[in-house]
Amino acid sequence: MTHTTRSGRCAWLFAAAFACLGATLHAQVPAAASTKIDSGDNAWMLTSAALVLMMTGPGLALFYGGLVRTKNVLATMMQSFFLIAMISLIWFLFGYGVAFGKGNAFIGNPLSHLFLHGVGAVPDPDYAPTIPAQTFMVYQMMFAIITPGLITGAFAERMRFSAYVAFTALWTIVVYFPLAHMVWGKGGYFNWALGGHIPVLDFAGGTVVHISSGVSALVCAIVLGPRRGFPREPMLPHNVVLSLIGTGLLWVGWFGFNAGSALASGALASSAFAATHFAGAAGGFAWSVGEWIHKGKPSVLGTASGMVAGLATITPASGFVTVPGAVLIGLAGGFVCYLCVTHVKTMFGYDDSLDVFGVHCCGSIVGMLLLGFLASAEANPAIANTFKKGDAVVSLVGGGGQFVNQLIAVVVTAVAAGLITFVLLKIVNAVIGLRVDAESEHAGLDVSEHGENAYNQ
Amino acid sequence: MKKIEAIIKPFKLEEVKSALQEVGVEGMTVTEGKGFGRQKGHTEIYRGSEYTIDFLPKLKLEVILPDDMIETAVQAIIRSAQTGKIGDGKIFILPIEDAIRIRTEEHGDGAV
Repeated sequence: MTHTTRSGRCAWLFAAAFACLGATLHAQVPAAASTKIDSGDNAWMLTSAALVLMMTGPGLALFYGGLVRTKNVLATMMQSFFLIAMISLIWFLFGYGVAFGKGNAFIGNPLSHLFLHGVGAVPDPDYAPTIPAQTFMVYQMMFAIITPGLITGAFAERMRFSAYVAFTALWTIVVYFPLAHMVWGKGGYFNWALGGHIPVLDFAGGTVVHISSGVSALVCAIVLGPRRGFPREPMLPHNVVLSLIGTGLLWVGWFGFNAGSALASGALASSAFAATHFAGAAGGFAWSVGEWIHKGKPSVLGTASGMVAGLATITPASGFVTVPGAVLIGLAGGFVCYLCVTHVKTMFGYDDSLDVFGVHCCGSIVGMLLLGFLASAEANPAIANTFKKGDAVVSLVGGGGQFVNQLIAVVVTAVAAGLITFVLLKIVNAVIGLRVDAESEHAGLDVSEHGENAYNQ
Repeated sequence: MKKIEAIIKPFKLEEVKSALQEVGVEGMTVTEGKGFGRQKGHTEIYRGSEYTIDFLPKLKLEVILPDDMIETAVQAIIRSAQTGKIGDGKIFILPIEDAIRIRTEEHGDGAV
């Protein structure tokens, strides 16, 4: 009897779910007929989406995995890979609507694209008029996956897996989605091109991705506390080779991340691609030479870290600056991040285990602020004549005025992400507990949290 | 019957092995290990943080020999493992009560 009732209820649920999916399919049918789709744009954007996914797995997973000790490599890589599964499903359920659906200046309506309803072949004319809305949706999903992934470097080697799941899911919903909506969403508060209030230039996620995750990482490192034995015991990277492979994959993926943010395959994508490459090169060079002079040896991990720093630094600015501007931004990123990682961390003694704050946040702050001065209409003509205050057109080309706008976005992002992260961590700590016990931490998370070893034999 | 335990620098293994073979030693056991003595460790730098690595990689070589071969073998090891720099290692000589070859159950010098 109970059995019948239960299966009856199941059937009802399935019917409801299928009705929803059916409605989505139905909405797509007439869409296929009307096409302004540019196959070149769509091909590039699908490729870019795949490249950005590759940044999380295996790019970030390898980059971080190599930096931890042998006993934690699987758990660390899992913290990247699991997000691919979990965030994709949140995105499917309601996430896309919160980030890019119609809403107010701060958040999209979660019900606007429930089960991705209405996201099909018809392009969204506001976001990307020449590619299917579905391509735009898939591309943006990859950003939502990697951003919480970046944070995981701060709490590596000590956080409970269940606490990590709860924290990253909540963080993505209450920090990432609203920020993405504010900066990139229609009518978002900081959106310079689609009716925002303060015109902030952030091409591929300096505030949304790197500053938000970097500040949150710092708060995580402080709230969780250092790894047991830090800094008394040396906690050496167990395999720098893995980190170098990860760096290479991240760099290649970053072309999709930045040049893909043109949302088309025209001249703007080329401009962002070139800026990305030269900034990565300049960042690696600056860190390397700085370390060589300062410590007497140019370390390989340092060079790779400088490359990632240069790439994070150019992320908001690519698509808005010329190549000379990009080189300058990359050099500044490599230099400032080196100082943050070597001096600031030691000065305050927090254990941001894999330097998320020092590399991603400090780098992107430099990029956001320099962009205020270096934004160029030569790289992106639209910034000169798109934003309107009342009826007057306001140029966002580099100068004091735009610097202030950029600064406001940096401060708002840092404060909001930092405070919300603090609250989320306190909640998760009260309900689940953030850290594994001493014995599990000593044994390593691979065995204690996942029941596996990376290297048997 | 005695045992020679020699702690040597890893890159000296081939030379030491050849030198021992030349004086008639037919077998040995080698274990990779870590340790420190007067040599102390060295410094490694990861992302600007300096770490002192106290334990350096070493090899422990073990040979069991009849008493009359011990001095020749020790000289062979010293000759081949010496660089003159700090950290060349140590040789220990220990008495052995008996040795048994598992296959034939032989005892004593004949078993080694």
